[in-house]
This record gives sequence, C-alpha cells and structure tokens, in this order.
Amino acid sequence: MLAKRIIPCLDVRAGKVTKGVQFLKNADIGDPVAMARYYYEQGADELVFYDITASNERRSIMLDVVAAVAREIFIPFSVGGGLRTLEDMRAVLLAGAEKVSIDSGAVRNPQIIAEGARAFGSQCIVLSMQVKRTGIRPNLKTGYEVVIDGGRVPTGRDALEWAREGVRLGAGELVINSIDQDGTYKGYELLLTQLISDRVSVPVVASGGAGEPEHLREVFTAAHADAAIVASIVHYGEHPIPELKRYLADAGVEVRDKVQL
Amino acid sequence: MIAIVDYRAGNLTSVKRALEHLGHECEITDRAERIASASRVILPGVGAAGATMENLRALGLDEVLKRDVAAAGKPFLGICIGIQVLLDRSDENAAECLGVIHGHAARYPEAVDGCALKVPQIGWNRVRQTQAHPIFAGVPDNSWFYFVNSYYPIVDDPKNAIAVSDYGIQFVAAIAKSNVIATQFHLEKSGAAGLKLLDNFCRWNL
Repeated sequence: MLAKRIIPCLDVRAGKVTKGVQFLKNADIGDPVAMARYYYEQGADELVFYDITASNERRSIMLDVVAAVAREIFIPFSVGGGLRTLEDMRAVLLAGAEKVSIDSGAVRNPQIIAEGARAFGSQCIVLSMQVKRTGIRPNLKTGYEVVIDGGRVPTGRDALEWAREGVRLGAGELVINSIDQDGTYKGYELLLTQLISDRVSVPVVASGGAGEPEHLREVFTAAHADAAIVASIVHYGEHPIPELKRYLADAGVEVRDKVQL
Repeated sequence: MIAIVDYRAGNLTSVKRALEHLGHECEITDRAERIASASRVILPGVGAAGATMENLRALGLDEVLKRDVAAAGKPFLGICIGIQVLLDRSDENAAECLGVIHGHAARYPEAVDGCALKVPQIGWNRVRQTQAHPIFAGVPDNSWFYFVNSYYPIVDDPKNAIAVSDYGIQFVAAIAKSNVIATQFHLEKSGAAGLKLLDNFCRWNL
C-alpha cells in the first residue's frame, strides 16, 4: 500500500526562498538548495518549488536553482509558477525536476496539459488548481470555483468539472489549492478534496490550511487525499516532518519512515 | 566506466546525478562500442514499452544489450521501464522485448474487490525482499521505494523474483538472474535506500 506523502512547498523569488527560514540558523538562510537538503534529510517524501519571480530573468535563475537542487536531493520534486509552453516544461524537466506543475496557464490554454502529457508522459504533468468556495450556482454545481492569478481572477468554471477535464486531457496528478483555507492554519479544504479524490483516477494532493498535525490526519483519512502540501507548519519549525509522521503513524495512517543507513 | 543507455527516454540525467553523487564514473551513451566495453550497464527511464523497444532497435542496441551485456556476464541493471525491456514481452503496446529474463509485463487491474485502483501507481511503497541478493546489502527489509508504474513484471520462473510489493495486488518489484537485475521502483528517486541499492550495484562483483 502506498504511503501518504508529505510535500513541503518552497516559494522562490529571484532564486531565494521567500519564507520559512527561521529555524535554519546559518548563512544558508533563504537558499533553496539548503532548504531542499534540509527537508530531504528530514524525510520529506517529495518537494514542490513555486517560482514567484516577476521579472524577465525568472527562467534562467529558476533553472539554476532546479539544477542545483537536483544534484543534492534524491527524491522527486516538482516545479511550478509561470510555466506556459512545452519549452518551459522541457527546460525544467531537463534541469532535473521530476514533474511540472501548471496552474493558470492551463486554464488559459488547456491543450498545454495534453501536449505536455504526450511529450513527457502523464506522470510528469501536475495540474494545480486554485479553488474558492462560492456556494452552489447554475454553472458551479459543487459550489467551488476555479480562480487564477493568485486567486484574484474568477473563471466561472466548476472545480470538479475542471479536475475531470484536466485528467481527461492527461494530467497525472491534481493539486487542490484552497484560497479560503490558505494561510488560516485551520485545516485543509476537506469537502472539495474528498469530492474530487473520489471521482478521479489520479492521485490528489491537498494544499492550503495546514496548521496542526491533526489537519494532515483528517485530509488523509476523511478527505482521501493521497498527499498533502505543507508550508508554514513545517517552515517555522513548530512541527518538523518526523513529528508529523510519528503522529500520523500513531493515528494509523501509512507513512514512509525514513531509513537510517 | 558505467554506461547509462541513452535510448531517447526521459530521466537519464537523474540516474547520472545519483551515480556522480555516489562517486561512480558514468557516461550517458547510445554508442554500441561504449556499451559493449563498459564495466557495467544501466538501462533506466520513464516511458512506454513499445516506444522504448522501437528506439533500442532503431539504435541497434537491442542485440548489443543481449549479446554484449546480458550474455557476456556484465553487471546489468534495469530501472522501471528497464524491467519491462528485459522480459519477453509487455502488454503495453503488445511490445516484444529482449527476453533476457522470461516473463511479461501486465497492467494493474482497474479495481480490486470493487475498490477503484489509481493507475499509474505514483508514490512510495514498501518492498519486501523475498530472496537474498547482493544488491540488498545493508538495506533493511520492507524499506520504502518510489514507484511510478502502470505495468508490473510476471516472471515464468519464481526464482527470478527477488522482491515483492503490494498495490491492490501483490506484485513482483525486483527481478534477477545471474548478472542481470532490475527494479520496478526508481532507485535514483528513493532517497538513501535507493542510493544504497545503486551503490551496491556499482560495487557488485560476480
């Protein structure tokens, strides 16, 4: 049986991690490679990097980060943020990422999912979706809407409908980012995560809202998530990954214990 | 020199990075003479069985791998798609493969006991060592490894199965026969346990 995955998320701006550096009390503060190695050694099952650079040099800086990370850690990691074309994806994968994460770019041009899956295989293509609770409306049957550009722009698309469309086009994994829960430390969006996880044939990753170990337990057991993205809960050192895994194992959730060799 | 066979698939560089991290000299190559003269050969990658076999044939590497690597007694490691390539055939694209170890690759069922099974399997799974093999030296039984696969091997001779795992069904996760070994899981993405197996392969003396 597969382990439930814990995936620390690192936001990178101009080659530096923007938060979550408070417990690395050394000169490597903000260095994505040092952070990646730290989480790798802590027993993270996977990592995700989001490039939030808003400049023209963004691509080359991020590719250098990806290449440096790939030399240091030997678990899968994905890279997202601003990927729009097949060439964007190819560059990130060649630099050493296992997967690419596409978000707003896929809403604007859904065919990029199919093109990416054809070129690199579905297992490389992660469709990341930002969702917002709206209440049920004629075009939003689940009551959750897909939003883009950091949650500012509504699309009028129903979250479940977009999830299914993404899988049909070839996405090998879905990330459900809740705009409502993100930053609240009150737990993941359970209802929608379960709704999607039970209705698609690919793994579903929950994102946004983790503040307590209990939140991971409930998203894995009640909402059937296959993996959970964590940010502040691990970045500020309050609940290190080994502690989260111990808690989950004690609660009967299958997690990967780190091998000591 | 360890040769990593380049047959136009993805994921070749991650194996190279892992070997370099471990301090083993290696080269990604599609040249028959480099593969034939290498001390060890690794066939890694992500991809479909049909396309992989087509590429190997187009490059003239299928016979090289059979004659100059497998039959020549050279340590030979297949990873992920590499395990399918070593069998007689794969249900994926009805591909005819190398036939170095007898058996075939089958697809996971879509449901087990009425419960839908997500295919491909993506993630960390435990691997149970069912036979002793030098590649497992120092790796605890039931260690976790990273899998990305829709197909799994079924070997004709149970002696060729050296490890199993469970994903809805019990399946063979690693196979071996004399100088040949292959894993369904990604050694280069499985953290310390994966690196240890890779290192063991690089030091394996028959």
